[in-house]
Amino acid sequence: MSNRIDVRKTYKLFINGQFPRSESGRVYEITSAGNFLANPAQASRKDLRDAVTAARAAQSGWAKATAYNRGQILYRIAEMLEGRASQFVDEICAVEKLTPTKAKAEVEQAIDSWVWHAGWADKIASVFGATNPVSGPYFNFTIPEPVGVVGIFAPEKQSLLGLVNSLAPVMLSGNTAVLVASQSAPLTAITFSEVLATSDLPAGVCNILTGLKDELSPWMASHMDVDAMDISGIAKKNQAQLREAGADNLKRIFAFSDKQSVARISAFLEAKTVWHTIGV
Amino acid sequence: MITYSIVDGTESSLKNFLKTLPGVDQVGAEARAAMLGTRSIKAASKNYAIELAISMVDLTTLEGADTPGKVRALCSKGLRPDPTDATVPHVGAICVYNDMVSTARQHLDSIGGSDLPIAAVSTAFPSGRASMPVKIHDTQDAIDAGATEIDMVIDRGAFLSGRFGEVFEEIKIIKELCGDRAHLKVILETGELVTYDNVRKASYIAMLAGADFIKTSTGKVTPAATAPVVLVMLEAVRDYYELTGTRIGVKAAGGIRTTKDAIKQLVLVNETAGPEWLNPALFRIGASALLNDLLQQRMKMREGRYASPNYVTID
Repeated sequence: MSNRIDVRKTYKLFINGQFPRSESGRVYEITSAGNFLANPAQASRKDLRDAVTAARAAQSGWAKATAYNRGQILYRIAEMLEGRASQFVDEICAVEKLTPTKAKAEVEQAIDSWVWHAGWADKIASVFGATNPVSGPYFNFTIPEPVGVVGIFAPEKQSLLGLVNSLAPVMLSGNTAVLVASQSAPLTAITFSEVLATSDLPAGVCNILTGLKDELSPWMASHMDVDAMDISGIAKKNQAQLREAGADNLKRIFAFSDKQSVARISAFLEAKTVWHTIGV
Repeated sequence: MITYSIVDGTESSLKNFLKTLPGVDQVGAEARAAMLGTRSIKAASKNYAIELAISMVDLTTLEGADTPGKVRALCSKGLRPDPTDATVPHVGAICVYNDMVSTARQHLDSIGGSDLPIAAVSTAFPSGRASMPVKIHDTQDAIDAGATEIDMVIDRGAFLSGRFGEVFEEIKIIKELCGDRAHLKVILETGELVTYDNVRKASYIAMLAGADFIKTSTGKVTPAATAPVVLVMLEAVRDYYELTGTRIGVKAAGGIRTTKDAIKQLVLVNETAGPEWLNPALFRIGASALLNDLLQQRMKMREGRYASPNYVTID
């Protein structure tokens, strides 16, 4: 064979359905056992701000889509994930030093988890909603609604599975997300954003940033237009200060210890209660 | 050097004068405007620019659906843009349709805003397609109702068919009507003038006819206040000042929605006309949504965290 030169990939952010570099122009280095692997973008607080703006703009449209339609789009994402499975396996092997068998098992588990979440989209209203007994000639309904814009710090370990288990429960109910990928293993998240870009997902519903969590997390926590956060991927010792910074706009901030769970879905729901006359 | 006295109000003198104006280098103007848009602004300058831009906003509502309630709310917002912070300056003026002027005036007087100017759009805004008696009555009506600034539109049909004298005459008549009771802003509606050369010519016609301000657009036509158009107009007021010693103001209106857009305009002003124009008496920004973005950026600069639209009023 000829001495072909590889076409190297530029790892970019995913904001508002597009793949920009960081506005700061920065990148950081990913290594594995001392060997250079990649230079993903190092998002700045302005990239984070842009991502939140995009997520806010997309939120009402995504929440207004029928639950069935959201479920279909999420399932479409699973189809795309399946097609990219071998790429995810390669990336996990290279970055997280798993054996191919273990990496394959993780990717399969992640896709299955995504499908499990896709199925939830049109069931949350019946499971988390209620018809409440009231004293009077009224129906009284409790309807679950999305919280709004959710900031997610994905877990450091099991980069793909962790991302799926934190992103899917947020998106399925009509929230939009700004996700900061695993800092040490961001390549699967970047590939995941390429999956999202080819899955009928409206621009801005999910935005994926790579970069330094310590740099981005205070800006996310204090951002007045972020309604909730999943800080499972933040070191325990740093969580308290983020909760403090998020208190000013009553941000709902959660850190989950379990992986795939119904609790992670209900955490990002708000209850709306509606009264309606029964009539005669 | 051509002097002001050459234009005696006749069509031929006006045309002779306009012929002496050099053409606008389109590529050059666009490149310069784009270049000035890339300036990086440091925090201290940004703070200054935000305050200045707030004080230059002509807070505008020009909708068929305007109600007295909406106009009163707008006036309250103009006087005290951020109800939680009294250090925010009031806006440059409130801009409404003719029939809303008295509502706005009464409300402003009742909340202590009698110094805040009210601009009324006039002369069959936005098209300008009406007979002269109607335009005169329209303007007189607004002044009688308490408008202190008149935003008139030029007759683009007359301008584009080369009847410059007619355009000049109309502005002159409206200016005489305004007298010293109202400032006159002349809207060129640059989006309909096709070329930068026409923008330059129309600017001079308006200034020679007695405009206190030249204004880019009605906000009803796109493109509106694009950076190269504002650049050409700023050059016109700068050159007119050299020619006559009179400083004419510029109002950029339409399409300026973000703080970034507003700061770019201020950079244009500073670099083209000069720092004397960085003053609400000589530069205004016609906008409605812009004010909320300016307030959010101001909050961000003060509090060191990103702001949310939930904390500013809905217009």
